[in-house]
Amino acid sequence: MIEEIPYLAVVLIAGIGIATILLKKNLIKMIMGLAIIEGAANLFLVTLGYREGGIAPIFTNNPGGEMVLPTVQAMTLTNIVIGFATSALLLAFAIMIYRRYGSVETKNIRRLRE
Amino acid sequence: MKRKLSIIITILMIGMLGVIVSGLTFGDPVDHPMDRYFIENSQEESGANNVVTAVLFDYRGFDTLGEAAVLFTAALGASLIFRKRRDD
Amino acid sequence: MQMSSIVKTTADVLFPFILIYGLYIILHGHLTPGGGFQGGAILASGVLLLLLAYRYSESTNIVRQVMMKTLESTGLLLFIIAALSAMVLGAGFFFNWLSPLGSIFGDSVAYGSTVANLNTGGLIPIMNIAVGIEVVGAISVILLALLSGIQEKI
Repeated sequence: MIEEIPYLAVVLIAGIGIATILLKKNLIKMIMGLAIIEGAANLFLVTLGYREGGIAPIFTNNPGGEMVLPTVQAMTLTNIVIGFATSALLLAFAIMIYRRYGSVETKNIRRLRE
Repeated sequence: MKRKLSIIITILMIGMLGVIVSGLTFGDPVDHPMDRYFIENSQEESGANNVVTAVLFDYRGFDTLGEAAVLFTAALGASLIFRKRRDD
Repeated sequence: MQMSSIVKTTADVLFPFILIYGLYIILHGHLTPGGGFQGGAILASGVLLLLLAYRYSESTNIVRQVMMKTLESTGLLLFIIAALSAMVLGAGFFFNWLSPLGSIFGDSVAYGSTVANLNTGGLIPIMNIAVGIEVVGAISVILLALLSGIQEKI
């Protein structure tokens, strides 16, 4: 049980993100929830590739050993960049909604109210 | 009503994640031949000491091309949303 | 809102060092942890430091949006040209034809655990530089656009 703490952290962080998106009424807080879910996905990918006692997948002058898996780290890099792009676009939309309606609360926005 | 539904959906998704995660062990990844191939051959095939960079720019180059295109499109969209308008 | 002169002087002093560090991360992308995306993000954080320290109207004299858009387009174009250049020689898209050639970035790498040699890697350092140029342009364009959206409030 104690060895699986990274996976428990993934479930916890992703749960916090999902609850933030579904329960909050503020658009900025919902975007923050999406960013939290991205963090959970990054942690999950890096945790999947970890090997007990492994070194970083770089050939250096240091004495080598078994390396951790490199492919998931490359996909984590992709996920970080895509997450940045989507966060920037969503924040831009939030600023436009604030200009139009004067608020980012979904109960004050006619089109987004249930 | 809607709030109750949201809480139920949240608990359901957390449960699904927990079921997926419970079968995995930390520190002992699935030994896939792809990763072993990358670690053994990337240095002589791509000439880079950093295996992650070799995967990113050589083996999965199309992935990086799409990534750069997504970043380009996001910057284009953000600068188009806040363009200077005549009327207001 | 006007920042104090302590913040402005600190930003002015720190900016060249951030620039040097970002360029180091980009250029050594095939030898050490790092690469084009990370180094570009570091360079863009230096630009963000200038944008936060100065007023919007003052900082747009230093960091112009047209310049950053040009950087972004140049980086993506350079990346695609570097990938297409292998097809001129009859190889596939993204083929690393510079790697064992002996010219720029063309030393053959010693296998196993070795001392790192900067002059290896073939097309990979060139693509790192191209992606770094593109990322610093894209992030700066996004920051400038978001700042211009809220400029009348501050």
